Amino acid sequence: MLAVAGRASLDELFEQIPASVRLDRALAVPDGVSEMELTADLRNLAGRNRSADDLICFAGGGAYDHYVPSVVWALAGRSEFYTSYTPYQPELSQGVLQALFEYQSMICELTGLDVSNASLYDGATALVEAVHMSIGRGRSRVLVAAGVDPRAVDALRTAGKGAGYDPETYEGDPHVTDDVAAVVVQHPNVYGVLEPVRERFDAAHAGGAKAIQVFDPLSLGMLAPPGELGADIAVAEGQSLGNHLNYGGPYLGIIAARMADVRKLPGRIVGETVDVQGRTGYVLTLQAREQHIRRDKATSNICTNQTLMALAAAVYLSWLGPEGLAELGRQCVSKAAYAAEALASLPGVRLGFPDAPCFKEFALRLPLPVPHVIDAMVERGFLAGVSVPRAGDDLLVVAVTERRSRSEIDAFVSAMGQVLAA
Amino acid sequence: MIEGAPVRTQGPAATTGTIAERSSDGRRASSFAPLDVPETSIPEMHARSKVAELPRVAETDIVRHYTALSQRNYGVDTGAYPLGSCTMKYNPKVAETVAAFHGFQRTHPLQPDHTVQGTLELLFRLEGALCEITGTERATLQPPAGACGEMTGLLMMRAFHEDRGEHRTKVLIPDAAHGTNPASVRIAGFDSVNVPSDERGLVDVGALREIADEGVAGLMLTNPNTLGLFEERIEEITELLHAVGALVYYDGANLNAIMGKARPGDMGFDIVHINTHKTFATPHGGGGPGAGPVGVARHLVDYLPAPIVVRDPDGTFRWDGDRPRSIGRLHGFNGNVGVLVRAYAYVFGHGGDGLAEVSELAALNANYLAARIAPAFPLAYPATPPMHEFVATAEPLEKETGIRAMDVAKRLIDLGYHPSTVYFPLVVDEAMMVEPTETESKQTLDGLADAFLRAAEEARTDPDLLHRAPTTTPVRRLDEARAARHLKLRWGSDGDPRD
Repeated sequence: MLAVAGRASLDELFEQIPASVRLDRALAVPDGVSEMELTADLRNLAGRNRSADDLICFAGGGAYDHYVPSVVWALAGRSEFYTSYTPYQPELSQGVLQALFEYQSMICELTGLDVSNASLYDGATALVEAVHMSIGRGRSRVLVAAGVDPRAVDALRTAGKGAGYDPETYEGDPHVTDDVAAVVVQHPNVYGVLEPVRERFDAAHAGGAKAIQVFDPLSLGMLAPPGELGADIAVAEGQSLGNHLNYGGPYLGIIAARMADVRKLPGRIVGETVDVQGRTGYVLTLQAREQHIRRDKATSNICTNQTLMALAAAVYLSWLGPEGLAELGRQCVSKAAYAAEALASLPGVRLGFPDAPCFKEFALRLPLPVPHVIDAMVERGFLAGVSVPRAGDDLLVVAVTERRSRSEIDAFVSAMGQVLAA
Repeated sequence: MIEGAPVRTQGPAATTGTIAERSSDGRRASSFAPLDVPETSIPEMHARSKVAELPRVAETDIVRHYTALSQRNYGVDTGAYPLGSCTMKYNPKVAETVAAFHGFQRTHPLQPDHTVQGTLELLFRLEGALCEITGTERATLQPPAGACGEMTGLLMMRAFHEDRGEHRTKVLIPDAAHGTNPASVRIAGFDSVNVPSDERGLVDVGALREIADEGVAGLMLTNPNTLGLFEERIEEITELLHAVGALVYYDGANLNAIMGKARPGDMGFDIVHINTHKTFATPHGGGGPGAGPVGVARHLVDYLPAPIVVRDPDGTFRWDGDRPRSIGRLHGFNGNVGVLVRAYAYVFGHGGDGLAEVSELAALNANYLAARIAPAFPLAYPATPPMHEFVATAEPLEKETGIRAMDVAKRLIDLGYHPSTVYFPLVVDEAMMVEPTETESKQTLDGLADAFLRAAEEARTDPDLLHRAPTTTPVRRLDEARAARHLKLRWGSDGDPRD
């Protein structure tokens, strides 16, 4: 092979690298190992984690222990899907392209909006991109409801350093002046509480701003969809749609919007078309929006997305069906309400928002510091919930999915009682 | 025999159409345990009134449908995938096995640090290895993809200059660069300024010297560059930028060429991003997920996104979020950790010795293939030898026969291969950017070379074969203009003919 390439040695392939920058030693990374040694190393590392198999999971905050049916990864795990690249050659990529078209369709059905892209990195990125769709026309202020997840707001603040805005928090009705680009509401919010979304969005529209809703996709069997509530753009963390917890990623960011804004949507979008023989097929479309065409005129730098996670979401939503989505929602609402009532009856515990309706999460004020309670609950076999940055040391948000049984909830309440009494 | 399996072209009629078309009232796949607590309802004002019309299908329908779709898709497991700049190497199966260990797969991102010591140690070790490979001091593993890594690097650049009381507005980018570079520059609030290439395909250092002034925040560069050529004057370039107080950013798209041979940090780069789905074989999933770790030189460590993993004196690991000069958070949680587990398996499975061998074989394969197809598709910049990938041109063929690079690409599909990248980089006419990677055998490379040469021959003898290609795929050439003009982006819509 070297002879064909016209080279005398492997070293000659690197002779273009000046000697002064060549690495004159071996990399200080241990030598390679056999597959069985590697597996043993990783099994050991994995074994030093406590998974949601042995800690009963009441933690949420954007990542949830919903049940992932076997069919999801049996299909998303097919290697024709997962070892392919971005579908630049559509004739060889109809599988991924059609699955993304189906994903987009199901997201539109869920949200009541017109268009969805083929996914973004995660929920926080989706919020950032929705805000970037909204700024312009002399409007650059971003009003974010106090109930929006502070981690997503942090990501927004980071991105704003480049894009030239600093998100402002509001409580109650937003004051929408003619320099406001977007009003953001999370519903259910970071404390699990259902928000008066319509009123907030009416205020946004009256002031000429875009209305952005952060939603929970699995709440939409029960809750009115963003499109009906007046959202112009709806974004979500899509992990709960058939994706494993994976310690925070890979997840997927969902973004859906109205047809009028389709050219501002970031990332890949799949469209249906026909081939030269008139057969239905799918392609990446509206590429004129994207970085590889528009370069420094592009409104987003997104290239990679989370296609495989979107495909898993499509399989999962097909598995659920409309009745499954409604049943899952009914179970979440009922189990969360049952758990909230029982926990709030413990001495010293009160609900963070006593009269507010919830979906699957709720906030508690505890008589002991939350980090201490979470650690003590780990000893008893539970992930008790999550704290919310800057919300106080005594606030715990508890998530109850369809997966939690009454006996698990009862055991959780009992363990919490012991921890708080200690 | 032509290597590489064509995608399935035939199937029963029931395998076409969307999953919605398989829908039938009363059918359903999901099941739940009976509700064992009292039922609670949602207040009327919040309730959904109209059912979300998801498909009503049985599990068998789902499995048949998505299995059929998978058979209409080509992956690295199907055959060679020589997409230039994408590094589509084989994805080792062991990485899938270990990423599925429940200790990784079933951990919650907000659970206490002492319950995820295995993952934190894995991330700490991986960061150390990536810093060693790139010659950087510390790295963030949080960016979920390369473009986000670029954004991370540019925001660090901004913070670095602001801390010095300097307002710098320009970022320099070679004209051949990937489109994410200028897009990221704009999103990060800078103006991008083009750096021309010289006749050898390398940065025109004279021209660079002209535009490198104190208004420049930094330069973004891949090395080997986007044409697959090593920038020989790289030290001069980085020194020139440093002399005016600017930083130099390494786009890691082509890191596969130089592992164990040279390190961006030693060349003077201050910031280095890595695409794990390229260099470290984490499967790209049809367009994602990826992961885009970013390593930095010592003077930028304080600006890294928070939190980062630290090891305490007692040997325990924890997230350190108390980093006042950090640019902040870019991801809702800790990045694509499931992808990073696979990257760890690749890096430590290969080891330092194996990674150096990866780069050697990648360069050998690219140079061999380049030489074999050069009679029909000469190198765009023959004066500079390529490294792990090469940019050939179909321009002579086009001049002689009218057959374009895209026609050749489509014919390669019929001959059983995924085509190379075409029409990128934009600075080369009729570009065919080929990156075979180190994981293809000589037999596969010969098959691929034969296919390229056969297509060129057919361009002269039977050009219609190329104009009509592909004909072996489930669909033939698709009408992309119609897709953009007559938008149909979901089922149940007739398309939006407004445009």
